[in-house]
Amino acid sequence: MPVPEHLEFFIDPSRCIGCESCVQACSECDTHRGHSMIHLEYVERSRTTQTTPVICMHCDSPTCAEVCPADAIKRTEDGVVQSARKPRCIACSNCVLACPFGVPKMKSDLELMMKCDMCYDRSSVGKKPMCASVCPSQALFFGTREEIEQLRKRSAAVNRFRFGNQTVTTKVNMMVPRDTRPEYVDVAAAMEEDSLGGDIMLNVLST
Amino acid sequence: MGGSELSRPVVKSGLWAAVITGLLAVLIVLGSRNLAHLDAALIGYLFASLFATFGLTYRYAMWLQRPPTAMYWRRGWHVFFRSGHLWRNTAEWFRRISRGFALNLFIWKRGRSRWAAHWLIMWGCILASAITFPLVFGWIHFETLPDNLEWYRAYVFGLPTFAFPVDSILGFITFHGLVWAAFLVIGGVMIAMRRRMREHGAAAVQEFGEDILPLLLLFAISVTGLMLTASYTWMKGYAFDFLAILHAITVIFTLLYLPFGKFFHIFQRPAQLGVAFYKDVGAAGAQAACRRCGEPFASRMQVEDLITVERQLGYQYELPNSAIEHYQWICPRCRRSMLAVAQGTLWESARAEESRASALTNAMDPAGFE
Repeated sequence: MPVPEHLEFFIDPSRCIGCESCVQACSECDTHRGHSMIHLEYVERSRTTQTTPVICMHCDSPTCAEVCPADAIKRTEDGVVQSARKPRCIACSNCVLACPFGVPKMKSDLELMMKCDMCYDRSSVGKKPMCASVCPSQALFFGTREEIEQLRKRSAAVNRFRFGNQTVTTKVNMMVPRDTRPEYVDVAAAMEEDSLGGDIMLNVLST
Repeated sequence: MGGSELSRPVVKSGLWAAVITGLLAVLIVLGSRNLAHLDAALIGYLFASLFATFGLTYRYAMWLQRPPTAMYWRRGWHVFFRSGHLWRNTAEWFRRISRGFALNLFIWKRGRSRWAAHWLIMWGCILASAITFPLVFGWIHFETLPDNLEWYRAYVFGLPTFAFPVDSILGFITFHGLVWAAFLVIGGVMIAMRRRMREHGAAAVQEFGEDILPLLLLFAISVTGLMLTASYTWMKGYAFDFLAILHAITVIFTLLYLPFGKFFHIFQRPAQLGVAFYKDVGAAGAQAACRRCGEPFASRMQVEDLITVERQLGYQYELPNSAIEHYQWICPRCRRSMLAVAQGTLWESARAEESRASALTNAMDPAGFE
């Protein structure tokens, strides 16, 4: 069954409080039981307490799938980029290195790439993915567009990301300021920026 | 891509498929001594095998022409045959064949029932293929000895080999080879089906054509094959003709399905060996350091190969006017962090804009009058 069209994933890293609930819950998912697919990163630990949960953004044209020599990564019709097919994955790590968001994980002992599949056993029947069901600050939110617009009056959802000359469109949305809503989030340009200060966490209250 | 560019790989693959199928046909003619030892009852299997060969070669050739596959194919052979490493690589190849392919140890680590299912099905299919195809192609046949009808002699490519009494343990084992294969396959299929029916996660992502149909086909082949044996052994050939046709249908359908479905992984999977050698060489060679954090994160060779492959695929991760040059030079960890940095930057800009607007308002209306 496909993921219902009216349900979408919205991420808001600025709301992350680093509790790791998502990390623990993720490993409860039946499609990758025992393996947490979430990355919880400290953005720049020496300078800020900011953390960020990273899930698969489910690209429309997934680079991970395109660079896979074994043709092991498939995107289902509902736009979910599935984890590598077990019979095909040859554990080359191309996907791990090519994903612009740094999402896939290589399980070397299993000779298998595994990645977030939006908890397909749950999302395909209209349930929230495990991470979104436990995130206390709603940095990870799964629901309708109307719900998120109601909850975040100052935010808007964007699903286009820029990496140098490459624009990537994704199924998962990121919340950005509504007033200055950009056409896309320029991720590569952020390399030129100073790391975040503590003020970013105030967004939990203000957005 | 234009139509003419698309057709080039298709033509190339078609030619390869025709050549390999033709080669097999020649080998069949030679091995069966001008078709003299072909079993007429197996002609359907023969043509299905030729079709499967064409389909498999075509798909394999198409697959090899994908930029990432082509890159690894070239690299895999190149690193294997590097001068001065051939003996070590050959020994390593045997070790990896034993552990990965004969024992399926990597599947063992993924799950015991998954391993048991795969191992049983794999060895059942290998045994069945090793018996069936030479018989279908006329490469092996049996004849009674002229002076003793109680003895059989096996002929390989028309050349006489060992002989054995029909009523012997060796004879029993030899002539029931497909029965043993069927037992292995049925055991594996049962374990696999149980897992697919009981595991919530497997049920969520499985597809009928990709995951269930192959199991049903293997089960059907094995059961109808066993029914043939049961018919001639214990039931005086009851319904044998019908069962023979039924069995042929299941086998031929599976042969025709080979190039299109899950079974194609049998032919893709050996690429794992080339990748392992490629990774060995990459780990021993120069490493790529992240151009943001400075940490090594992958083999430089693989990063450079990926940049080439991405360009061939039409991706444009180049970073103009930046010393980083290409996004591939950023490690996965930094990529994850930068998503948050990018979002934070947008909010900081928005707040700065708000502050400016607020300051402007205050400047124009310092007393706060409306």
